[in-house]
Amino acid sequence: MEIKWYIGLAIALFSIGVIGVLTRRNAIIIFMCIELMLNAVNLLLVAFSKMHAVSAAGVANPAVVSNAQIFVFFIMVVAAAEVAVGLAIIVMMYRNTHSVDVNFLNRLKN
Amino acid sequence: MNNILQIVWIIPFLPLIGFLINGLGRNFLSKKMTGIIGSGVILFSFLVSLYVFFNVKGGNTHVAHYFNLIDIKAFKIGFDFQIDPLSSLFLLIITGVGFLIHVYSTAYMHEEEPKDFAKYFAYLNLFVFSMLLLVMGGNYLILFIGWEGVGLCSYLLIGYWFKNVDYTNAAKKAFIMNRIGDLGFLLALFWLLNAFGTVSFEELFNPANGKITALSAQNSTLVIGITLLLFVGATGKSAQIPLFTWLPDAMAGPTPVSALIHAATMVTAGIYMIARSNLLYNLAPVTQEIIMWVGLATALLAATIALKQNDIKKVLAYSTVSQLGFMFLALGTGNYVAAVFHVMTHAFFKALLFLGSGSVIMGMHHEQDIRNMGELKSKMKITYITFFIGCLAIAGIPPLSGFFSKDSILIGAFEHNKLVYGIALFTACLTAFYMFRLLFLTFHGKFRGTEKQWNHVHESPSAMTVPLIVLAVLSVIGGFVNVPAVFNGGESLTQFLSPVIHQTHATTLSHNQEYMLMGGAVLLIVAVILFAKFKFKNFESKENTGLAKTFENKWYVDELYNKVIVKPMQSIAALFNNTVEKKGIDGLVNGVGRAVNYGSRQIRLLQSGQIGTYVLLMVLGILVLFIIQLFL
Repeated sequence: MEIKWYIGLAIALFSIGVIGVLTRRNAIIIFMCIELMLNAVNLLLVAFSKMHAVSAAGVANPAVVSNAQIFVFFIMVVAAAEVAVGLAIIVMMYRNTHSVDVNFLNRLKN
Repeated sequence: MNNILQIVWIIPFLPLIGFLINGLGRNFLSKKMTGIIGSGVILFSFLVSLYVFFNVKGGNTHVAHYFNLIDIKAFKIGFDFQIDPLSSLFLLIITGVGFLIHVYSTAYMHEEEPKDFAKYFAYLNLFVFSMLLLVMGGNYLILFIGWEGVGLCSYLLIGYWFKNVDYTNAAKKAFIMNRIGDLGFLLALFWLLNAFGTVSFEELFNPANGKITALSAQNSTLVIGITLLLFVGATGKSAQIPLFTWLPDAMAGPTPVSALIHAATMVTAGIYMIARSNLLYNLAPVTQEIIMWVGLATALLAATIALKQNDIKKVLAYSTVSQLGFMFLALGTGNYVAAVFHVMTHAFFKALLFLGSGSVIMGMHHEQDIRNMGELKSKMKITYITFFIGCLAIAGIPPLSGFFSKDSILIGAFEHNKLVYGIALFTACLTAFYMFRLLFLTFHGKFRGTEKQWNHVHESPSAMTVPLIVLAVLSVIGGFVNVPAVFNGGESLTQFLSPVIHQTHATTLSHNQEYMLMGGAVLLIVAVILFAKFKFKNFESKENTGLAKTFENKWYVDELYNKVIVKPMQSIAALFNNTVEKKGIDGLVNGVGRAVNYGSRQIRLLQSGQIGTYVLLMVLGILVLFIIQLFL
């Protein structure tokens, strides 16, 4: 498959993520949209690594492929940790305000 | 370096020690201790000065170098003391007359609190110290340090009774007027440094160094400029037109302080400085001419004012201004020795007169108006006799000291310019008139005060009368140090000063002419005195009119200065205060503050607390960056 499809999909995912963050008020959905943006980038990373792994002569270079994919795994691990922290914050927020609406959190105003 | 005169540092050091002890210990020293310390250090200085004087008389002069004040490569200004005939003579005058005034002060100031008493003596010692520094300095810089110190001390002492607003104003006036003159001095100092690279007397004036011979061209701008600026400094310190008005106001201080300022220190500084720079002045006849006329005008103006003053100290103050005018007249005619001679004799009889007036004021319980005095001679015998001697001396009756010194000034003036001589002689007659007016009003006639005052009049204690007697003796015999050739005198002062002072004036008159001039002058003065005796036999104070009123009001000089200088200055100050300061500078500073306040209040509204808004702005920002990166 050509690279442009991967790029198109990644852009679509990222844009959905951004629009979700901007428009929704539910903290959990915003959080999901952030994950969406993160994974759009991951997808792009993998796609590019695959593209560069194929040399001009059409021979795959396995070392490069494994390097990039390991990098992506790292990102996923870090993202998982981040989700744990983020969800914990949301739970705490729910305990305090009995809501997950981010618009309630405007105490830093002025 | 092994010269015996290397020890001269002791002379100013002793008064400095006295100043420190009395100043720091003022809270626990008794009055007696303070008096002993204050007078004692001056006495020791006087003894050392005597020793130095006889050393110098034996032909030993010395420039004592201690350390460098400024030391930058080839440019050096040392902390030097120059001991030569001129400075050793001044040392004697300052410490000798100064000592008598200190002793007198112990009695005059006895009513003060011990703390104030010590403060007074500390200032007095500092005053003497500054003046000694001034005359001993081996270069213009040291001279200037002493010069400023004297100005400061005069401020402190004139304003000694600082709770009286008039007195503090007089002190401020003295200080500010002196500062105006000092500016001239300072400019001259810089000019000298620029032109010669040195301000040391030795390097400047010793012909062997060639600095002064290089200037042989007369009337060059350089010499005229420097001499004129130095003269401006001298007019401030020595109370000449136009800066003389501070000296009569300086009466606000205690009477011994007036005596110290008028006789031994301060006002003689200008004379000393010009006599010291005589080689420069000889190269600038234009400046000399100016000095002569300024001196003459001051002498005449002050004498006319003194005619109509009613405050005993004011009369003496204007007489000082007038006598200083005579000294400048002598300086202007190149007759430096006569000026220095008159400084010396004037120190004796003016100190005597001031201390005598202090004795009168004490006896009258702080009454200073001579209209309320009279008949005091019966109750204050010693004061009367000494005061009488002082009056005779200042009037110039032979063979008292004033006769010789004033005569040598008049002879010099006669040879220079007949008109100047005429005016000077007239002024001398005025001097005799106002001094004897003072004498007759104070001591003769009927007592015009209240009966209570009359019962309180008493002779002063011996601490005051002894200095009076000593000064009276000096006033009588002081003139014999420079008996002119016409009386078969050796002119020993002229001989003594000849290594330092280069007279341009030399007598060309025959002895007969001199006899005639002297005789005429003395006859005139005696006639004036008799006239004064006749006129003030039955004195009744009445309102002055016409010219007399102008004299009484001091020619309205103070009012003129007020109108021309003080008032415009105040309105400019008000303008700056109200407009430039309040609207301009305050407006700018407050405006910056207000702008920041206002701006931050507006920008604060952006912080809504809505996370969505922040994120939106962030995304928009990123987009803008992308667009810039990709398309621009």
